[in-house]
Amino acid sequence: MTAVEDVPMSAQGNPIGFGSMKRKEDQRFVRGQGNYVDDVQLPGMLHGAILRSPHAHAKILSVDTSRAEALPGVVAVITGKILEGIPRPSLLGDNFAWMPTLSYDTQAVLATDKVRFQGQEVAFVIAEDRYTAKDALELIDVDYEALPSVMDAKKAMDPNAPVIRDDKGQTDNSITDVMGNKTWESGNAIGTAEAIDKARNDPNCVVVTQEIMYPRVHPAPMETCGSVAHLDPVSGQLTLWTTSQAPHAHRTVYAMVAGLPEHKIRVISPDIGGGFGNKVGVYPGYVLSVVGSIVTGKPVKWVEDRSENLMSTSFARDYHMTGTIAATKEGKILAVDVDVLADHGAFNGVAQPTKYPAGFFHIFTGSYDYPNAHCKVTPVYTNKAPGGVAYACSFRITEAAYLIERLVDCLAQDLQMDPAELRLKNLIKPEQFPYTTPTGWEYDSGEYEKTMRVALEMAGYDELRKEQAEKRARGEYMGIGISFFTEGVGAGPRKDMDILGLGMADGIELRIHPTGKAQLRLSVQSQGQGHETTYAQIVAHELGVPPEDIEVIHGDTDNTPFGLGTYGSRSTPVSGAAAAVVSRKIRDKARLIAAAALECSPDDLEWSLGRWSVKGDPERSKSIQDIALLSHGSLELPEGVEGHLDATAVYNPPNLTYPYGCYICVVDVDPGTGQVKVRRFVAVDDCGTRINPMIVEGQVHGGLADGIGMALMELIAFDEDGNCLGGSFMDYLLPTSMECPDWELGETVTPSPHHPIGAKGVGESATVGSPAAVVNAVIDAISPFGVRHADMPLTPANVWRAIQGNPVRVDMAVE
Amino acid sequence: MEITINVNGVDVTRDVEARMLLVHFIREELGMRGTHWGCDTSNCGTCVLWVDEEPVKSCTMLAVMADGHRITTVEGLETADGLDPIQQGFIECHGLQCGFCTPGMLMTGRWLVDKNPDITEDEIREGISGQICRCTGYKNIVAAIKWAADNPKDSEVNA
Repeated sequence: MTAVEDVPMSAQGNPIGFGSMKRKEDQRFVRGQGNYVDDVQLPGMLHGAILRSPHAHAKILSVDTSRAEALPGVVAVITGKILEGIPRPSLLGDNFAWMPTLSYDTQAVLATDKVRFQGQEVAFVIAEDRYTAKDALELIDVDYEALPSVMDAKKAMDPNAPVIRDDKGQTDNSITDVMGNKTWESGNAIGTAEAIDKARNDPNCVVVTQEIMYPRVHPAPMETCGSVAHLDPVSGQLTLWTTSQAPHAHRTVYAMVAGLPEHKIRVISPDIGGGFGNKVGVYPGYVLSVVGSIVTGKPVKWVEDRSENLMSTSFARDYHMTGTIAATKEGKILAVDVDVLADHGAFNGVAQPTKYPAGFFHIFTGSYDYPNAHCKVTPVYTNKAPGGVAYACSFRITEAAYLIERLVDCLAQDLQMDPAELRLKNLIKPEQFPYTTPTGWEYDSGEYEKTMRVALEMAGYDELRKEQAEKRARGEYMGIGISFFTEGVGAGPRKDMDILGLGMADGIELRIHPTGKAQLRLSVQSQGQGHETTYAQIVAHELGVPPEDIEVIHGDTDNTPFGLGTYGSRSTPVSGAAAAVVSRKIRDKARLIAAAALECSPDDLEWSLGRWSVKGDPERSKSIQDIALLSHGSLELPEGVEGHLDATAVYNPPNLTYPYGCYICVVDVDPGTGQVKVRRFVAVDDCGTRINPMIVEGQVHGGLADGIGMALMELIAFDEDGNCLGGSFMDYLLPTSMECPDWELGETVTPSPHHPIGAKGVGESATVGSPAAVVNAVIDAISPFGVRHADMPLTPANVWRAIQGNPVRVDMAVE
Repeated sequence: MEITINVNGVDVTRDVEARMLLVHFIREELGMRGTHWGCDTSNCGTCVLWVDEEPVKSCTMLAVMADGHRITTVEGLETADGLDPIQQGFIECHGLQCGFCTPGMLMTGRWLVDKNPDITEDEIREGISGQICRCTGYKNIVAAIKWAADNPKDSEVNA
C-alpha cells in the first residue's frame, strides 16, 4: 500500500531514510516519563489561579482582594489596577494591564475598566499550593455593573449595539486591521458578479445561494494551557516553561510585552499534550505567571483547568458564510462569490500572517477550475473569547474547504447530478499545474482525478449508490458524502508572510560529532507529530546516518535556532526542507574532506547512501562516520574548508505546498431520532513524499476524528446573556472510540516540485477535508425530506429539526 | 488525615487534606507524573489508574478513599523483564502521538486484556469509550490493545 523507495535498514532495524519506523519518543511516553508543563517542579515554586468574569460584558466598579490576601498560604493577589501601575519600557503600551495580540490588536491581561467576555481574566492569586490559590479566588469581591452584550455577530454592527472596544475609542464593533482595512476581499468582484448575473439570466445555467455557518468550536487538546515562570532576581534571566507551539516567536513577544531583553529570556516547551492551534497564542495566564515571578521573586506555576481552557483560550471558526455558485446545467462551474461575517470575539487575537487577516480563506475556490471568484470577509467584535486561528485549520482553510464542498453538493442537488460526477467534471487537470487560482494561489502539483478515482474505487462508490437506492425504497436513510479538498500549507515565503513582523522562515542546525553521531536542532515544536523520529529520518535519508544515531533537539530557545514554530502544517514544508538543506550542506563539505583524505579531486567522487567513493574504484571510499572523525582530526584540509562537520541553514519556502485528498463518508440516519451513525470513512490523501507513512497515517486518523467531532458533536454556543454553553467536557462533546469508525486510508503520491524532498505537510489535511464529507453524507441521507443544508453540529436534535423542515440556529441558544 | 496507600507495591504514608483528589495526591504528593489530569468532570480519562486492580478515574476519588488500598499507575507496568506488552503494543501500532492520554489508555487496555485475552476490536472500543484521545482517532489505540492481547508476556515476541 505504501509507496516508498527501498531503503537499507540500520543495525537496529530502522530504515536509513524514508519508511515506517517506530517512534523514538514513545519510549518515554509509554513509561509515563513524558515531561509536560504541569510536570515541572522547582524548589520554592508557587501556584497561580485566575479569577474570571461571570459576565460577558460588565463594568468593573471595584475589586476588593483583602479577604483573599488574608488567607493563610496566599502570597500575593494581582489585579488589573496593580498591573496598570507597573511601568513597561515598551513600544506596545506603557503598562502591563494590556498586551499585544498576534494581530496587532490589544488584549487585557487583567481587566481594568470592563470585562468583555465570560471567563475573562480579572485577578491573579499566587499561593503556596494549588488548592489554596483556588480557595482565595472565592474570597475576592468584585463589584460589576452588567452591560448589554453582543452575542450575535449578525447584530454586532446594529446602530444601537453596545460598543465593546471603547478602550480603543471605537464607536462601533468593526475591526480594523494593521493595514487599515475593515473588510478583507480577494478575487475579482466585478467579473464574478457579472458572471453570476449572466448565469441567472441564462436558461442553460443555474445559480445556487446557500447560507452556511461554520460554528465556533475549540481545539481542546488533552493537556490544557499552562506555564511555569522563573525570573532569577540576580541574573535577570527569565526561564519560562510553557505550552507553546512556537517557543521562539513567543520569546520575542515576551520581550515586547514585558520589556525584558530578549537575550535574557529562555522559553522551554517541553512535551506538549496536543496543540491543534490552541497553543499558538500568548495568553494572559502565561504573562501572569511571569508577572507573578517578578512580584514574588519565586517560580510561579499556572495551569488552567478544562473550563478555563474551553471558555477563554483560542476558539476556532465562527464564520457565517453565504456562498453563491453559478454553473451550466451540464455542471461546469462558472463562478463562486462568498460573503463572510467573521466573529472574532472581544479582542482580535487571530494568528494569521499579517497580510492575510482572514488567513488563507481565499483558497475557497477549492480543487476546481473556473475563472471567476470573489470573497469578502467582514470581521466584528462580540462579547466572546478571542482567538480564531486554532483547530488544525491551515489558517482558515478548513472554513474555505467546508464552504466550497458544501456549495458543490448543493449545486449537485439542484442539478440532480451525482456529486462525484459533478466534481470530476470540474477538477483541475494534471497538465494545468502549476495552477494559478482566480484568487491568486499557485498550486504546485496534483493529479486530482487519479486520487478521486482511487477513493471511489476503495469505497465501492457505485455499489454504495445501489445500496442507497434499495434502502430508500424500503424507508431507510443511508447517505454518501464526498469531499475533495486542497490546502496550502507551509507558511510561508518571507516576502509575503510574517506574524508580528517576524518572517515565516525557520532555522536549523546539524552537528555531526567526531564518532559520526549527530544532533539536529529544530526551531519547530512537536505536539505529538513525532518530530524526533521523522527529522532523524530526513537526515538519515540525506546522509546515511542511521536514525537511531541522530538526536533531535527542540522546544528550547537557548538550544535551538530561531523559527516560527509548528502550526498550519508548516513543520514538514518549512523545517523538513531545512533539515534536507542542512544535511546537503554537510554532504557537500564531507565530499571535500573525503577528497583530501583519498588524495583525489572532489569531482572524482560519487555519493551513495552514507559514503563518498572514487568513481570506478569503490574500494577507495570514506563513510560519513569516517569523514566526521577526519574533520575533527589532524587531516590537512583543503583551502577554505574549516574543520568539524557542522552546518546551519534557514529555509525560506518559495511557495506554499498544496496537499489534497478525496474523502468519502457513509452514514446511516435514523429519521425518527435524527441519530447519525458513521458507518465507513475512506480517506485518500496526497501529501507528496511520505517520510514516515506510519506517522502520516496517524496524523490523518486524528484529523478524521476531528471531522466527526465538528460535524456531529462539537460546539461552543452562547445564550443571549453571554453564558458559554460549551464550558466543560459535559457540554463540549468530543468523539470517542464509539463514534469513530475503522478509518480506511489510501494514498497517491504527487511530490511537491519545489520542496527538497517533495513533501507537502499533512497535519491538518484530515481536519480540513473531513467535516464536509460527513455533513454531505448526512444531507445526502436526509435529502428525500427536501433538505439541502443544515449547519454543524448535526446532533440528533439538529438533524431531526432539519428533517421536520424547522432548522434553528446552532450558534445561539434559541428555541 | 494520615493515610497509607500501597502504590506500585510500595506502602506510602502521608498526611493529606481530606479534600485532596487522588490524582493530585499521586502527582503532587508522590511526584509521580505519569498519571495526568485533563478535565474537571471525569470525562477525559487521562487520570485512569488502578485501585485494587480495577481501573478508576483518579479525579473521581479522594486520596483518603484510597487509604488501605493498592494503587497501580503507569509507572508500575514495566518490570525487570522489560516493558509490559501493552506498552510495547502502543509502540508497535503507533497507538500514541502527544502521549497525554496514553497512561490512562495503557491502564485500561491492560485491564481489558487481563479480563478477556480473546477480546475483540468492538469490545476494546467499548472498553475505552470513557476516555478521550484527540490525536489518534482511536484506530491505532484499538490495534495496540489488540496487539497486547495477541502477544502476551510469555509469547515469543515478548519473551
